[in-house]
Amino acid sequence: MRVTVLGLAEDFLSPVKLPVFRSGVRAGFPSPADDYLEGNICLQDLLIEHPQATFLVRIEGDSMREAGIFDGDIAVVDRALTPTHGKIVVAVVDGDFTVKRLVYRGCRCFLVSANPEFPDIEVSACSENAVWGVVAHVIHRC
Amino acid sequence: MIALADGNNFYASCERVFQPWLQNTPIVVLSNNDGCVVARSEEAKALGIGMGVPAFQVRGVIEKNGVQVFSSNYTLYGDMSRRMHGILAQEASAAEVYSIDEAFLDFCGMADPVGHARKIREKVRRWTGLPVSIGIGETKVLAKAANRLAKRHRREEGVLQITRENGEEWLAQLPVGDVWGIGRAHAERLTAQGIRTALDMARWEPRKARQGMGVTGERLILELQGTSCLGIEEMAPKKKQIICAKGFGRPLSSLEEIGEVLAVYVNTVAEKLRRQKSVCGTLQVFLLTNRHRPDQPQHAPSITESLPEATNYSPELIAHARRLLQRIWRPRHDYHKVGIVLLDLGDNVQQELFAPKRNHDARMRLQATVDALDGAVRWGSMGLRNTMSLRAARRSRRWTTEVTELPVAKAR
Repeated sequence: MRVTVLGLAEDFLSPVKLPVFRSGVRAGFPSPADDYLEGNICLQDLLIEHPQATFLVRIEGDSMREAGIFDGDIAVVDRALTPTHGKIVVAVVDGDFTVKRLVYRGCRCFLVSANPEFPDIEVSACSENAVWGVVAHVIHRC
Repeated sequence: MIALADGNNFYASCERVFQPWLQNTPIVVLSNNDGCVVARSEEAKALGIGMGVPAFQVRGVIEKNGVQVFSSNYTLYGDMSRRMHGILAQEASAAEVYSIDEAFLDFCGMADPVGHARKIREKVRRWTGLPVSIGIGETKVLAKAANRLAKRHRREEGVLQITRENGEEWLAQLPVGDVWGIGRAHAERLTAQGIRTALDMARWEPRKARQGMGVTGERLILELQGTSCLGIEEMAPKKKQIICAKGFGRPLSSLEEIGEVLAVYVNTVAEKLRRQKSVCGTLQVFLLTNRHRPDQPQHAPSITESLPEATNYSPELIAHARRLLQRIWRPRHDYHKVGIVLLDLGDNVQQELFAPKRNHDARMRLQATVDALDGAVRWGSMGLRNTMSLRAARRSRRWTTEVTELPVAKAR
């Protein structure tokens, strides 16, 4: 596997840089690095395309492990994305949130696990209401 | 042309987004101290549970019908409001945030306003899960009236436009008390004079209204007739700010200790804010370790967040500031400075030009006042540590803002 170093991630995920503490720092010696302080990588930007539509959801269980989603992971769910065939989605089944892959077979629509131990769930044609949001990314602690 | 977008049963709808098992269950949300009903789902309204009624009065109905009761969760409502307003702002050339769940949108020169409103409504629903209704008219007063009528007569579709052609027909269906700016007392007086509907009012000679109701009354009539007197007021630019940031004297590392100092600072700036009769819409909190001790772990985070509603009320500001502090603070760091910046300062005046926007507003303000007194009393007598221990026995989780309270999706 090839790994490319992209740069420093911002150590704190605030999208706003604070002008106030910059002037506060001036009291001491100016750091020669100050001139180069710009453009840290913001994880927020990387993971969140539609901030108003994005919600974090905790995963519980192992039925999606073959899709790389594990117990305790945090799913970044983007409700602005269209739930098309093959997308991993958070869906509502019997009033509970569940995470599955959305699969169309002909005119029928299924929620499919990424683990052979779990059976597929067929959802009625109007999957529109069953899908709560599309999983855009997963945050996994190694 | 102006549109008014308004979240349907906003607080109750926010609860439902993250608790899909409540889809068809009646829901009520209680005020800060679990005292009064401040929001109801449609199902709860159908049971006859009124707005603003004390919770104990409807206990019987609640128990008999399995009504789900929630303490208000302003962290959640504020975050959902921010999302909704963000989307609305993307969809209009100008947007005025009117309240936590309402915004006026500039629809000037729009070719297909109803079509666009449908698109906006669908986008907010898809992106946030929140249902909104949109009323469209030539003026703010007409947009507000159209919104009210949409909620009543266009439940499913959620969009209604009052035009020159259909205006009379619709305004005849709107009781005078439902016109924006007409309070209960005014409505009773008008009804006694035979002015029962918005249409009756619109037929007044504007100058006549001036005699009875002053300039605002005259403007109200003109707006009802389609002559715009009230423009879209966008958020004022952040030109003023109030800051308090001081060193600690000795390094502090515990969240509790830093929180106490921050609370004192916030109180200081809040007093300044009240003295100049302003309210603050956005808070910034920052922390600094000692830059001159490179041998120690360095950390200089800052965080900025808009409040759900602008305020100058100390306990509220302190609670917000502490929550922000909690998000940036890290253990095992010697901090030597904490700071608070109040941004987005505005005048502490009623946003409404005419009068309370709804009848229940007065009651809710009364409740807020009671809460405020309660908070103030606590604040003086109990010290900083217990500042915001409001009763909130049935508060739902902070689904969108606390990593330990996220909704759970089962992979089973």
